[in-house]
Amino acid sequence: MSVINLKTPLSQKIRKQLKAGEHVRISGTIYTARDAAHKRMIEGLEKGIPLPVDFTNEIIYYVGPCPAKPGEIIGSAGPTTSGRMDIYTPELLESGLGGMIGKGNRSERVINSMMSHDGVYFGCVGGAGALLQNCIKTVEILAYEDLGTEAIRKIVVENFPAIVVIDTWGNNLYETERKKFAHEI
Amino acid sequence: MKTIQTQTIIDTVAEMCIEANTFLSEDMLRGICIAESTEESANGREILETMIENFDMAEKKGIPICQDTGMVVIYVSFGQDLTIEGGSLEDALQWGVAKGYEEGYLRKSVVSDPFIRKNTNDNTPAVIHYKVVTGDQLKIKVLPKGFGSENTSALKMLKPSDGMTGVIKFVVDTVERGSPNACAPIVVGVGVGGTMEKAALLAKEALTRPLGRHHPKDHIENLEDYLLQACNALGIGPMGLGGSNTVLGVNVEVFPTHIAGLPVAVNISCYVNRHVEREL
Repeated sequence: MSVINLKTPLSQKIRKQLKAGEHVRISGTIYTARDAAHKRMIEGLEKGIPLPVDFTNEIIYYVGPCPAKPGEIIGSAGPTTSGRMDIYTPELLESGLGGMIGKGNRSERVINSMMSHDGVYFGCVGGAGALLQNCIKTVEILAYEDLGTEAIRKIVVENFPAIVVIDTWGNNLYETERKKFAHEI
Repeated sequence: MKTIQTQTIIDTVAEMCIEANTFLSEDMLRGICIAESTEESANGREILETMIENFDMAEKKGIPICQDTGMVVIYVSFGQDLTIEGGSLEDALQWGVAKGYEEGYLRKSVVSDPFIRKNTNDNTPAVIHYKVVTGDQLKIKVLPKGFGSENTSALKMLKPSDGMTGVIKFVVDTVERGSPNACAPIVVGVGVGGTMEKAALLAKEALTRPLGRHHPKDHIENLEDYLLQACNALGIGPMGLGGSNTVLGVNVEVFPTHIAGLPVAVNISCYVNRHVEREL
């Protein structure tokens, strides 16, 4: 299986070349954020408070890591279910967010917003927390430290394995692949 | 009469929390390996291989398999001839969870109030179910339950006329809606009968039955087999990206119910389905 190596940030041009079903290895800086951080970011925007990070062409990884054991920089760090962030995602895509890494399907509203703003959605293997932790090379808490595991972290990853699940054209593996294996009993 | 010290309970529960989160149980490993050898989708096979690599990595590094180390559910079977010394059993179980999550570097995922949502920072409280039985044994089952899968669970009060067909439809619909988010291939716990809360408890406890072990009643065993086939015919596959292994096993538990009712609860677990059992 061929693999595409990607370096962050991801320009609009690169994002538009990615096709659903392609396997990628992501290297560079990405940002972690999940439920509580999204809620705070979007409520902030509504009050006129700017986002804590300029997400232009950047990737958000939906993860709440485990605490680091002594000698490690972070604990297990696999993806969480993306659908819970759907309500907040279009505003981030409008602000320039280039991509997201998570697991599970996205809402029609998010997919439409991805198509309008050339956003790409990557899936990685849920529960593979130990393996994905091994791809994380540096960790820095950037904002909302009080949220603990849900704080926004700037992390540098190397060869982080993912699959393009929904591309900028709206092609969605959750829709297309299942049909190939569904059958009557 | 047997006496157990609360400190023994605290230390045992702490160990069980760490063990359940770090090591895959044998039944689940067997299930995943069978899935990997039978999977028809190339993506699916690669995903299953990644899952197996991840189990090895977690064991090697001594870190959790998954970052969602769950909200802890404990089933306690308490022998009525047993004495607990040194304090309250409830406190000992909760302290055991707090100790395990701190010493095991497990994620604290519990918030103190569903609306205020402030983290309790020690992963307590655990949800504890007690059963008093004859004898002097203390049996403890620990299930750290992740919420990617828990969120896809469902309960419905069917009518008696809905019958087994109605139960099958509800289970398959719940799996179809939930499994792409629930880290498939999933394990499905089904509780049928009793009252509303009894059905939910049966569904949860069904997840603790080892994968591959069937219900002793023939008509329930047949139902388990049929549900497994029906769910795997959905084509959802590993992580929802298509394939022949959506469900690793369906465990159904039943209980007498009211003449007017047919409660059914479906509790979904991810492919790790953490469960550890010990007897003191």
